[in-house]
Amino acid sequence: MSTTAEPPAETEEERVSYFRSGTSLRSWLLTTDHKRIAILYLLSITFFFFVGGLAAALVRADLMTPAPDLMTNEGYNRAFSLHGIIMVWFFLIPSIPNTFGNFLIPLMIGARDVAFPRLNLLSWYIYMAGGLFALATLVLGGVDTGWTFYTPLSSMYANGSVVLVATAVFVTGFSSILTGLNFIVTIHKLRCPGMTWGRLPLFIWSHYATSIILVLATPVLAITLALIAAERLFGLGVFNPALGGDPLLFQHLFWFYSHPAVYIMVLPALGVISELVAASARKPVFGYEFVAGSSIAIAVIGFLVWGHHMFVSGQSVYASAIFSFLSLVVAVPSGIKVYNWTATLWKGHIALDPPFLFAMGFIGLFVVGGLTGLVLTMLAVDVHVHDTYFVVAHFHYIMVGGTVSAFFGALHFWWPKITGRLYPLAWGRVAALLIFIGFNLTFFPQFLLGYMGMPRRYHVYPPEFQVLNVLSSSGAGVLGAAYLLPFVYLLWSLRNGAPAGPNPWGATGLEWTVASPPPEHNFAEIPEVTRPPYDYEIERHDA
Amino acid sequence: MSWLWPVDASAYADHVDLLLGGFTVLIVALSAPVFILMAVFAVKYRRGRVADRRHPVDNSVGLETSWALIPFILLLGFYVWATWLFVDLHRTPADALEIDVVAKQWMWKFQHPGGQREINTLHVPVGTPVTLRMASQDVIHSLFIPALRIKQDVVPGRYTTLSFTADRPGTWHLACAEFCGVDHSVMGGSFVTMTPDDYAAWLRTADTDATLAEAGAALFRSHGCSGCHGPSATVHAPPLEGLYGRPVPLEGGEVVTADAQYIRDSILLPRSQIAAGYPPIMPTFANQLGEEDVLRLVAYIQSLADARPEDRP
Repeated sequence: MSTTAEPPAETEEERVSYFRSGTSLRSWLLTTDHKRIAILYLLSITFFFFVGGLAAALVRADLMTPAPDLMTNEGYNRAFSLHGIIMVWFFLIPSIPNTFGNFLIPLMIGARDVAFPRLNLLSWYIYMAGGLFALATLVLGGVDTGWTFYTPLSSMYANGSVVLVATAVFVTGFSSILTGLNFIVTIHKLRCPGMTWGRLPLFIWSHYATSIILVLATPVLAITLALIAAERLFGLGVFNPALGGDPLLFQHLFWFYSHPAVYIMVLPALGVISELVAASARKPVFGYEFVAGSSIAIAVIGFLVWGHHMFVSGQSVYASAIFSFLSLVVAVPSGIKVYNWTATLWKGHIALDPPFLFAMGFIGLFVVGGLTGLVLTMLAVDVHVHDTYFVVAHFHYIMVGGTVSAFFGALHFWWPKITGRLYPLAWGRVAALLIFIGFNLTFFPQFLLGYMGMPRRYHVYPPEFQVLNVLSSSGAGVLGAAYLLPFVYLLWSLRNGAPAGPNPWGATGLEWTVASPPPEHNFAEIPEVTRPPYDYEIERHDA
Repeated sequence: MSWLWPVDASAYADHVDLLLGGFTVLIVALSAPVFILMAVFAVKYRRGRVADRRHPVDNSVGLETSWALIPFILLLGFYVWATWLFVDLHRTPADALEIDVVAKQWMWKFQHPGGQREINTLHVPVGTPVTLRMASQDVIHSLFIPALRIKQDVVPGRYTTLSFTADRPGTWHLACAEFCGVDHSVMGGSFVTMTPDDYAAWLRTADTDATLAEAGAALFRSHGCSGCHGPSATVHAPPLEGLYGRPVPLEGGEVVTADAQYIRDSILLPRSQIAAGYPPIMPTFANQLGEEDVLRLVAYIQSLADARPEDRP
């Protein structure tokens, strides 16, 4: 890639692409093109990623020393609550589905748009309305309930703007429901001729599974948040025992949504990785049916394990024993995916490009996150590490090491498709490596801290935990810088990157058959699929 | 103190460490093939490199089944071990020393059977089974003693218990593990394990005017409980002598055990469970008695477990 030459001129493909189909602000804000809506989401979730990241930076900076430094106890509690609420509902849940899912699902199944394009735009507006409530909460001083809103702390005792932030999450939930509904109908009704269920890219299978959870679980969250507001505003006794309610009822309702929500966050990432692994190895995904089926299995079994968040809550011993067992069961389909990805690499043609490096980073971190999840299902061990940094480390390995790595992997894989430009691969490799190192430095020490007995959500901690906390905070510095790096070279590539051509990675999949960036209506003629998925030419020569 | 591995003060803690150690070996064994093979394949089958890439096209159902089932079966072994240990933890020893715990924003209050009270520090004897009966005055807290590898949430509206036997004298951390508001991270203190002799000596030095049951008896009189439940009562109220631990038939036909939770609910939420054959005339004491007082009353009624109504003074 030349650095001295003039930036490449606008290509013919770019002139007729979705990107240039309108240039006014109005053409963006009133668009019903799934690709443009994906860009709207990409910009909005990136904004919230930085808001949530800033809150995390404050938390990690304050934890450099055992004593409170930067913030008061109240301020610290508000910082980690904001971090959790923003990251879960305004970044992680919409991250991959609403950007890459929106952009790619119609392209991958040979459709010109999603089933309900205007509903799709409404979904973005609802998300933004929820986001405004969240930002209003921030301006008004925030909340100190944690992202879990445990009662009766949230419903009776907390001082912050609980009802306002509950409204934010309540509202944005409708965006999730509408997007899930849109995807389900799109995948059922708009597949092009020949695109049978057995030929769907695994990205589609995992988004289908995700959509089922979005539609079925999100209403439970909405009900739960409405009940908190009712108890807080009108003294309706649901959760507070002083009013005749039951605080554990809240936990059952909350985790009935929030455990499946973990799979909302990670299933799309698993779909991304299947695409990245197949394209990097130029081989069909090993055990396609098992990988596809495991997404559905995760979505279904994921509804039956919520009680594993409540092993020390006072829940009955028998209930805990059953939830522990079911949590082992839900690990099986995740294991199937990882072993199949490994087998996919066997005898492949592997390119060590950024998408592959991000995928490898994902698999490594997802495996650590998943296996430490199994540690947490072991009842007697959970009693010790529950609500400690062990849990914090575990779910960050899944949510950040997993989902965020997959998000960056997807960004590096489909960036040429979305923008029509190539980015410098070497910088992409550096970013993938830095993110992996920074992540492990940040979160691995937290496993040790947790087993040592440092509870989570602690502003002040005993001095013997300082060494590990300093390591973790230093890692967070590396990780923060590593996350900023791609924004530099990706934005640079928009103007200076070489034109990508329709299929820079030589990948299969209908999205690579159209121009980069794709034209406004995707396909001039609706394609007809005659071949199985991941049908790499090179593979056939070897067979 | 080591900065990589927690200290431990009980045989149970050693057992949990052993379980974790064994389980770590298993998960390393399950994940090592993935890590090693990914690295080997990435080098061996790097694009452009010459290698024998011939392989059958068909996927193997046998392979899929084995990597789904073999790890699962291995995990089940640990499931049985961990669940057994967990069930054991929840078995309350019959002869345990009972200590009451009341959590409130942001302190821990402890009441020993002899009436000794302490805040944010808990003294217990080693070698003796201890059961903590825990109540919360406000939000959910969680009593966490890392050196014993145990914690239990303390939930408003219900008693939870935590049993353990410490076997090493020393001073350890005690913390709140469930986020409970502004000063959550400073809601902690010390857990002091002492030889039985030292514990007995400590009990003597700690200031107390009455045992827990005696304090409960005083409350029983001062709050007018004895007016209805006492020997000279004119209203028809159930006698409380010999009640504790016995079955109580309820109005609806249900039978419950008169445990600490039942006593507590009968004082604070008297309408929730009406004893069969008695009019529902008991008023609530929710606005007069805090959780500590209720625990004293429970201790008093518990002390009457073996008494008979005719023994009344």
